[in-house]
Amino acid sequence: MMTQSSSSQFWLTRPFGERATQIFLGVLFAALLLVTVLHLAVPQGHPLHVNAYTVNLFGKYLSYALLAVAVDLVWGYLGILSLGHGAFFAIGGYAMGMYLMRQIGDRGTYGDPVLPDFMVFLSWDSLPWYWLGFDMAWFAFAMVLIAPGLLALVFGFLAFRSRVTGVYLSIITQALTFALMLAFFRNEMGFGGNNGLTDFRELLGYNLRSNDTRLGLFIATGVALALGYILCRAIVTSKLGRVCVATRDAEARTRFIGYRVERFQLFVFVVSAMLAGLAGALYVPQVGIINPSEFSPIFSIEIVLWVALGGRATLYGAVIGAILVNYAKTVFTGVMPDAWLFALGAMFVLVTVFLPKGVAGLFRHLKRRKRDDGGDQPNSTPKEAAV
Amino acid sequence: MRRFLSLGLLCALLLSISFTAQAQSDSNPPDDPAALELLEALDVRSYPAKGEAITAILQSDDERARDWLQALLDGRLQRTDDGRFVVVLDNRGRDWPVADALTNEPLGDMSRRELDRIGINNALRNQLRSAIAVVDLYSPDVERRRSSAERLLGEVDEELAEPLGELITEEEDRQVQRRLAQALAIYQVESGQLEGVEALRGSLHPRARVALSRAASGEDPVIADAASEALTSIEQNLKINRGIETLYFGLSLGSVLVLAAIGLAITFGVMGVINMAHGELIMLGAYTTWMMQQLLPGQPGLALILSIPAGFMVAALAGIAIERGVIQFLKGRPLETLLATFGISLILQQLVRTVISPLNRTVITPEWMSGSLVVNDALSLTLNRMFVLGFALVVFAGLMLIMRRTRLGLEVRAVTQNRAMARSMGIRATRVDIMTFALGSGVAGLAGVALSQLTNVGPNLGQNYIIDSFMVVVFGGVGNLWGTLVAGLSLGIINQVLEPWAGAVLAKIIVLVFIILFIQKRPRGLFPQKGRAAEG
Repeated sequence: MMTQSSSSQFWLTRPFGERATQIFLGVLFAALLLVTVLHLAVPQGHPLHVNAYTVNLFGKYLSYALLAVAVDLVWGYLGILSLGHGAFFAIGGYAMGMYLMRQIGDRGTYGDPVLPDFMVFLSWDSLPWYWLGFDMAWFAFAMVLIAPGLLALVFGFLAFRSRVTGVYLSIITQALTFALMLAFFRNEMGFGGNNGLTDFRELLGYNLRSNDTRLGLFIATGVALALGYILCRAIVTSKLGRVCVATRDAEARTRFIGYRVERFQLFVFVVSAMLAGLAGALYVPQVGIINPSEFSPIFSIEIVLWVALGGRATLYGAVIGAILVNYAKTVFTGVMPDAWLFALGAMFVLVTVFLPKGVAGLFRHLKRRKRDDGGDQPNSTPKEAAV
Repeated sequence: MRRFLSLGLLCALLLSISFTAQAQSDSNPPDDPAALELLEALDVRSYPAKGEAITAILQSDDERARDWLQALLDGRLQRTDDGRFVVVLDNRGRDWPVADALTNEPLGDMSRRELDRIGINNALRNQLRSAIAVVDLYSPDVERRRSSAERLLGEVDEELAEPLGELITEEEDRQVQRRLAQALAIYQVESGQLEGVEALRGSLHPRARVALSRAASGEDPVIADAASEALTSIEQNLKINRGIETLYFGLSLGSVLVLAAIGLAITFGVMGVINMAHGELIMLGAYTTWMMQQLLPGQPGLALILSIPAGFMVAALAGIAIERGVIQFLKGRPLETLLATFGISLILQQLVRTVISPLNRTVITPEWMSGSLVVNDALSLTLNRMFVLGFALVVFAGLMLIMRRTRLGLEVRAVTQNRAMARSMGIRATRVDIMTFALGSGVAGLAGVALSQLTNVGPNLGQNYIIDSFMVVVFGGVGNLWGTLVAGLSLGIINQVLEPWAGAVLAKIIVLVFIILFIQKRPRGLFPQKGRAAEG
C-alpha cells in the first residue's frame, strides 16, 4: 500500500511519506526538544527540571534504541536471529574508547604521553599496531563503522555462502560473541583486559564530565537514531527490502526465482552491524567505560528481547521495546535488584507466548478491533467509523 | 544356645587379650635399666653426642626404638622435672596428655612447665629421618616399608648402601624392591659407579633424573656419556607419558562435554526443540546431589549414588514443566522457543540464587572416588575423572539402547521423521514429545550429578556449559548421537592439546573459531543426517 504510493520517489526520502515514520520522527524530536528545554530552561530544584544524570540516562536508552533498530533490521526483515549483535556494538564502542583513551594523553596516572595507563602497567614499550591512528578523530570515527562492518562482512560472507541459517546461525553468532568476550578479557589483547577502557576525559575537545557535553551527546544520539531509523526504513521499503522479506518468509523459493539471496543477506547484515557499532560508539562516552561484559551472550540476547517486546519487523517497535525494558531495568535494579532477573526471564516467556507481535502488534490489534467494532455497529457515528 | 556359646567365646577372647597385655607390661618393668640408659644418653648438651646416642638406639633392637625416634623428631620426647622420660601425645593447648616413654603407660595431663624438651638440630633431624626410614624398612607392614623406601630416594649414604643391597634381595614386595634398587642406584650414580646409571635407565622419578643430569655434567667421561644417553631415553619416555596424560585430560573434558551435550542431542538434535535452559537443568542435577548429601550427612557415597536417580527425576520433572508450560505453545517457532527458554534459564538461575545461595556449594567426593591411580612415577590418573568418563559412556550406551531398542525410541524417531504419518499410525505424538523432552532433561540432570564431582556447584554452573553443549551438538551433526560422542571427545582432546602452548582461554577461543569455520564448511556437522530425516 505504502510502497505503491511512493515507489517513484528517491529511495532515501521515501520513508518521509509514510505515516508511521512521520509519527515516529515527530515524537522523537518532540522528546529531544522537551528534554533539552526542561534541562536548560527550567531552574534546578523545580519538579519539572530534568537533571544531567537523567539526560545521560535517556542518552543511554537512545543508543540502546539504535542498537535495537539494527537488530530488528536483520531479525524482523531478514529472518536472521543474531545473538551476537552485542559484539558489533562493543567493537564500535571499543573503537570510540580507543580514541578517547588516546585523548587522555599525558594526564593519565603514569603520565605517559602515548601509552594508555594499562599498557604502562603491563610495561609495554610501544603501542600495538592496531592502536595506531586512533589519536585522529576522523580515523577513529571511521573505524566505528568499518571495524564492525568488516567483522560482519567476513562472518556473514562465510555463513551465508554456506547457507547457515535459522537456529544454527543464532548459535554460531552467540559463539562468536562468546569467543570475542573471552579474547577481550585477556590482557595480552591490548584492550585493557578485564577493566576495559575507562577514565575518559574529553571528546573532540569537549569535557565529557560537563553537563553541556552530556546534553550534546544526548541530542547527537537522538539524531543518530533518527537517521538510522530513516536508513533502515528506506532499506526495507526499497525493492531490496522486499527481496529481504521474501527471503525471510521463503528462502528457498526466493533463491529459485533467481535472486542471489546470500548477497542481500550479507548487505543488510553489514549495514546492521555498522549501525550497531555506531550505537556502541555513542554509548561509550555517555557511560564512560567499555569493557568485555558488553560482549557477553546475555547482553546480546537481551537486545533481542527488546525487539521482541516492542514488536518485530516494525523498527519503531524496537525503539519502544529498548526504552521500555531499559527503563524497567533502571527501576528494578534500583528498588529490588534481586527481582530483575525474574522480571527479565518472565518477560522473555510472556512476550514470546502471549505477545508474539510485541507492543506494536498490540497497538495494531487494538486499532483493528476498534475499526472492526465500528463496522459492526450500525448505530456508530461517522466520527467513530472514521478512526 | 548359640548365643550363649558366642558370648562365651567373646569373653574368652577378651580375657586372653588382657592376659597378653599383662604379659607385655610385665616383660618391660618400669625400671628398665638398659632402655633408660639409651634415653639418658640423649639428654646431653653436645649434638654429636646425641647423634651417637641415636645410632645406639638404632642398633639396640629395642622394639620401642621407632616410637622414640619419631617422638624425638617431632619434639615430643620430653623429660619431666623428676627425671622420667615421657612422650607427649598431643602438644596443643595448655596442658598436654603424656605417656611414659618406657612403659607407654598414660600419665594424664601435665603442664608444659613441668616438662623439658630434648632438643635437636637440622643435622640430627636428617639423621633421624633416615634412621626411621631404615627402621621402617624392617617393619612387617608393607605400607610402612613402601613409604620408607620412597623417602630413601636420594638420601642413601655410604653406611646405608651395604645393608640396602642385602635388603633388596630379601624384600618380598616388588614395589618396595624396585624403589630400594632405585635408591641404591641413585647413590651409585652420585658416587660415580657406572652400574647405577644402567639401573636408572628407565626410571621416571624426578630424583633419578636429578642424579643423572648431575652425572651427565660430571668429570668422568664414561659415566657422563652413559648418563646423558640414559637421560635422553628418559626424556622420551616422559614425553610419551605426558602425551598419555594430555589424552586422559582431554578424554575427561570430552566426557564432561558429552554428558552436558547428550541431553541436548535428544531435545535439540532429535526433537528440534531449542532449550536454552538445558544448562540450568544440569545445574538442578548438581544441586540435587548437594541436597542429597545434606539429607544424608556422613554418607557422601550413598548420597551420590542415590542422587543419580534423584537428579534424573528432578531434571526430568523440570523438563516436563518447561515443555508443558511453554514449549508446546511455540511449536514450529524455533527462534521464539530459544528466547522463551532463555527466559526460563534466567528465572531458574535467580531462583537458585534466592532460595539456596548465590555462593558456590561444596559437594563432597566420596572416598572411593578420590585419589588417583598411579601408573608410574610420571603418570597418575585421578579417579574421579575416570568415574565421570565411565559414567558418560554408560549414559551414552543407555541412551543409544533406548533410542534403538525400545518402543519409545521407535516412536520418537517416527514422530520426528513424519509427525502426521506417525499420528495416523496411532502414535500419541504429544505423549512422545513429553517423554522425549523428559528423557533429554533427565540426562541433563545426570550430567549435573557427574559435574558436581569435578567443578563448583553454583548458580552459574549451567551457563558455563550451554554454549559448549550447543557447539558439540552442532559440530557432531544434529540428530546423531554418535556424532555427539565423537564431537565431544574430540573437542575435549583438541582443547587439552592446545592448552599447553596457547593457554586455557586462547585454546577455548581457538576451538570456538575452529567450530565456527567448520560449520561454514559442513553446515550439518561431522555426521550429517541422510535421507528423509535430513529434510526440514
